[in-house]
Amino acid sequence: MKSFSNTYIFVFSTVMVMLVATLLSFVAEQLKPFQEKNIEIEKKLDILRSVGIARDIDDVKDKDIYVEEAYDKNITKSFAINPEGELKADVEAFKVNLKAELAKSSEDRNLPVFVYVDEDGKEIYILPLQGKGLWGPIWGYISLEEDMTTIYGAIFAHAKETPGLGAEINTDWYQAQYPGKKIFDDAGKFTSVRVVKGGADPDDPHAVDAISGGTITSVALQEMMEECLGNYETFFKTKSN
Amino acid sequence: MKEREPLFSTKNLNLLRDPLNDSNPITVQVLGICSALAVTVKLKPSVVLAISVVAVMAVSNVVISLLRKSIPPRIRIIVQLTVIATMVILVDEILQAFAYDVSKQLSVFVGLIITNCIIMGRLEAFAMANKPWPAFLDGIGNAAGYGVILIIVAFFRELLGSGTIWDYPLFEKLGIFSIGYVNNGLMILPPMALITVGIIIWVQRARNKKLIEDK
Repeated sequence: MKSFSNTYIFVFSTVMVMLVATLLSFVAEQLKPFQEKNIEIEKKLDILRSVGIARDIDDVKDKDIYVEEAYDKNITKSFAINPEGELKADVEAFKVNLKAELAKSSEDRNLPVFVYVDEDGKEIYILPLQGKGLWGPIWGYISLEEDMTTIYGAIFAHAKETPGLGAEINTDWYQAQYPGKKIFDDAGKFTSVRVVKGGADPDDPHAVDAISGGTITSVALQEMMEECLGNYETFFKTKSN
Repeated sequence: MKEREPLFSTKNLNLLRDPLNDSNPITVQVLGICSALAVTVKLKPSVVLAISVVAVMAVSNVVISLLRKSIPPRIRIIVQLTVIATMVILVDEILQAFAYDVSKQLSVFVGLIITNCIIMGRLEAFAMANKPWPAFLDGIGNAAGYGVILIIVAFFRELLGSGTIWDYPLFEKLGIFSIGYVNNGLMILPPMALITVGIIIWVQRARNKKLIEDK
């Protein structure tokens, strides 16, 4: 076997690493706009799905155009507020990175709100959620009716929860439990919606079934709703009065 | 002067043909099983992963074969890994840009192509000792041998588990559900991939006597 000097090995590795790094960063830069577009479309689709639009998305040929059109048509306005419920005019709601906002101290947070007007002319408020699941981030969108307590629709998504267990949070049967539930009790106290192990009482407006075998993800989802919707508490109260 | 070997000589063609049957990476060498279990619930991700592996394998084999005389043997594994990892990242970035849905379904498995034993195995066993063209054919052959099994397994798992082919509701359109047929939920779970691979190995050995050991 041919032998190589140490110098040769060092030079070889250095050149190789530099070439690879240049190539990869060049490609990553070139593809970034396409990837960001995909993420934007997905976000818009999630927002639409949380109010029950775009259910037939799987049958659509050109998804991007369909989502853009449906979003522009249905989501009539969006704005950001602070936890005191005051409007933040200089912040664009769609561009807010919720994860970064949640890392800030609570009074500095910018909280996005998206508004959808349904067929009867009622305003539905869509609020983003962001939290930590068992293996990675989980997120979702909750839409509330005008009374600011009844849930109109909900969708959840996850990056890498366990298939068949925690990953069930993004399935229809799980999400279908949320519409009609209430996040404030009769006394006007913020309760959010709990997940109940072993099955929730169907008449309980503040509880849904947890996922069997997906306890950590279920609890993470409950905490995510409590924390994210909790930020909006003042906004909900001023809005519903 | 040595006569130039034709591009598609029998020897070269065998490099392509062998991995499809006699030395199939999955059914004969039993390599790369992990991803075969995980991504074969549906045809679409399986086909995308198969194509990705073909691309990664062919290019890495050629690159390593071109460099084979200049790679210091002491760091050859690192060099091989760097080449594979670069290719895999490229494939992953491209999928994220142009096939976002599939890339989400495949999630970590695109990244895990790096650890696919077939690729490292072929680089170490073949590309380090052969010219670029045979290495290219060997790469295509082995990746195709892997991909074919992946696609066969996915075909049966999707058909029997979800009643669809490439997301087309075949059984529903044929009206099979109305006569009382029910999808077999077990086919969606990973163990059935192993059993399907087992059945493929059985069928292959029954037809190919070369694979049967003497004893």
